[in-house]
Amino acid sequence: MTQLPLRAQLASALGRSAATLSRMTGRGDGSVIGGRVGLLLEPDLLRKLARDRKLALVSATNGKTTTTRLITSALLEFGEVATNAFGANMPAGHVSALAQHKGAPYGVLEVDEKYLPEVLDTTGAGVVCLMNLSRDQMDRAAEIWLLAQKWRRALSGKPTHVIANCDDPLVTWGASTAAKVTWVAGGQRWKEDSWCCPECGGPLDRKDAFWACRECTFHRPEPQWALDDDTAIDPRGQRWLLDIQLPGQANRSNAVMALAVAEAFGVPVERALPRLREVTSVAGRYTTVERDGRYARLLLAKNPAGWLEAFDVADPQSPIILSVNAQGPDGRDTSWLWDVDYRILRGRPVFVTGERRLDLALRLDVADVPFTLCGTFTEALAMQPPGRVDVIANYTAFQQIRSEFGRAV
Amino acid sequence: MPSDSVLRIVWIYPDLLSTYGDQGNVLVLEQRARRRGIEAETIHVRSADPVPESGDIYLIGGGEDRPQILAAERLRRDGGLHRAIAAGAAMLAVCAGYQIMGSTFGGEEGQPVDGIGILDIASSRGPARAVGELVADVDAALNLPTLTGFENHMGVTHLGPGVRPLSKTIKGVGNGDGFEGCYAGHVVGTYLHGPALARNPALADLLLSWRVGELAPLDDSRYEALRQERLAAVLQAS
Repeated sequence: MTQLPLRAQLASALGRSAATLSRMTGRGDGSVIGGRVGLLLEPDLLRKLARDRKLALVSATNGKTTTTRLITSALLEFGEVATNAFGANMPAGHVSALAQHKGAPYGVLEVDEKYLPEVLDTTGAGVVCLMNLSRDQMDRAAEIWLLAQKWRRALSGKPTHVIANCDDPLVTWGASTAAKVTWVAGGQRWKEDSWCCPECGGPLDRKDAFWACRECTFHRPEPQWALDDDTAIDPRGQRWLLDIQLPGQANRSNAVMALAVAEAFGVPVERALPRLREVTSVAGRYTTVERDGRYARLLLAKNPAGWLEAFDVADPQSPIILSVNAQGPDGRDTSWLWDVDYRILRGRPVFVTGERRLDLALRLDVADVPFTLCGTFTEALAMQPPGRVDVIANYTAFQQIRSEFGRAV
Repeated sequence: MPSDSVLRIVWIYPDLLSTYGDQGNVLVLEQRARRRGIEAETIHVRSADPVPESGDIYLIGGGEDRPQILAAERLRRDGGLHRAIAAGAAMLAVCAGYQIMGSTFGGEEGQPVDGIGILDIASSRGPARAVGELVADVDAALNLPTLTGFENHMGVTHLGPGVRPLSKTIKGVGNGDGFEGCYAGHVVGTYLHGPALARNPALADLLLSWRVGELAPLDDSRYEALRQERLAAVLQAS
C-alpha cells in the first residue's frame, strides 16, 4: 500500500482509537464512530484510504450484507480484504472498514443505495454489484425510481465494471449507463415495484423470466450468468451446483452475484464456490439460538420483498414468531405491513410480538390468519413446545432479540 | 348499490400508485363488507387498462412523482373514473392520488402538472416534507371519531369552495393550512397513507354505507386496540 499522508494517518489512527473505545465501553461495534472521527479530521480520508486498492461496492434494497460477506469470502482466496461486515454502509462505516485493514489490497464495501453515487465518486471503485430495488422504509429512504436515476448518472462516463441483476427491471435501468455490465439472471420474487417501464412508464410485459416494455425498446438484456434453482450457470455455459449453507432462493441469487463479482476480480468459480459454502450466518441472520430446548432460527425482514424471502426460508412445519418495531432504522410508518401477503401463514401456529404488535395483529386479523399476541419475545419463546421455531423480525426487533442472546450470534 | 348485489371495489393503477400499503384500504373494505355478509369483488385496474364505470367504491393510492404524472395523464385520457364518480360512485383518494383529483399538482421539479379535476382543490410542492403521525378532528357533518394515521408527502393543498375539509388537524401537517383532506359528495381525499381505513374503520364504513345503506355493527376490538395505542403514543409525545 502507498503511504498515507500524515494528516490522513493521524485521522485514521484516531478513528481506530474511537472505535476501540466504543467497543470497550459497550456503546457499539465501533464501525460508525471510528469513521466519523476520522472524517471529521480529514474529510478526504475515504478517497485516500481507497486509493490503490481493488474495490467492489455492493448495493441493493435487500441482501447487501449477505452478498458483501459472500464476495469477501471469495476474495480472501487472493489475500486480505477490508470490508464493513456489520452493515455500517455509509461513508463513516467505509472509512472505518478500510482504516482497520490498511494493508488489504482488496476491499468489499456494502453501500446504502442512496450513498452509492457519492461513494463511487469518492472511491473510484472498479466493480459495482447491484442486486435489486424495491419499496423500503419511505419515511427515510429515497423513492426507488429516483434512486435508479441517480445510479444511472453516477455510472455514466466511468470505467466501472457493473455486475447487475437483469431480472430486476429497475436495477437493469439503473445499471445500463455503465461502460461495462455483466448481466446476471438472479431472479426476482417481489414484482410489485416493476410493472411499469422505468424508461417510459409503459406497461412491462413478462413471459417467464423475460420482460420487455410494450411501448418502447427497453427490455431484459441477455444474461451472461444465470441462477437455475440450486445451480449457477457461468458465461461459458458450465453448470455449478451451489450447495451453499445459507438458506433460500434469495441467498442462492446472492451467491451467483458473488461468483460473477469474484470472477471479475479473477477468482475462478472452482476456487470461489468452496469459500461461499463456508458461510453459515451473516451478522446473526439465519443463526439458530437455543433456550430451554427451543431452537429459534432468526430471520431478518425489513420490507415487503424481505418478508417474501423470509417466508421462502421458514419451515411450514414449525411454529413462527413475528416481531415488528417502528423505530428510526425500521421506518416509523408501519403501512408496509399491508403490502406483505401473510396468508401463507394460515395453518401454522403464529405468535406476534414487538413494539408495534397491535399493527401486525390487525393486519393478520384482516388476512384471516389466527395468532397469539405476546407481550415480549421471551414470553413468545416460552410458549413454544421444545423443538424448532422460526423467528422473523424487522431491524431493531431483530437486534433486540440478538442482544437477549448476548450478540453471540 | 347496483341490483346484482355484489359490492364492486375498484383499485386504480396498483402498478403505478400503491407504493406504501395502499392495498390495506382494499383489504379492510373487503373484510368489513364480508363480515356483514355483503359479497365483495375487487377489480385491480392496471394503468394500461380502461377504468370500469360500474364500480361502487374506487380506491387510488400514493406513489412517486413520475408515476403520479403518468397516472394523471392516463386517467384523463381514459375518462372512466370521471363517469363513475358522476354516476354516484364513492372514492377514497390517498396522497399522490388525492392530489391528482384536483386541478393541478407539483411535478418532479415542482412544476405545475394538470390534475383530473374531480375535486375542487389545487396542490403544489411545499417547503418541507411532512413525515409523521397525524391526528385530526373530523368535520362534524360526517359524525366520525378522531382521524389517525401517518403522512409522508411534500404537498400543500388548497381547498376550493366546491369541497369541505375532511378534518381539522390536532397534530401533523395535512393540507398545510390546519386542515387535513377534503370531501365532496361521495369522494374523500386524504394524505393519510395506505391503511388509512385500517386506522379509521369508521371511515371505511362511511364509504360502504354510501353504497349499501345502513350497516350492522362489527366487533372492532382489534381496530380499537390499535387506534387507542397510536392515539395515546402520539398525543403523549406532543
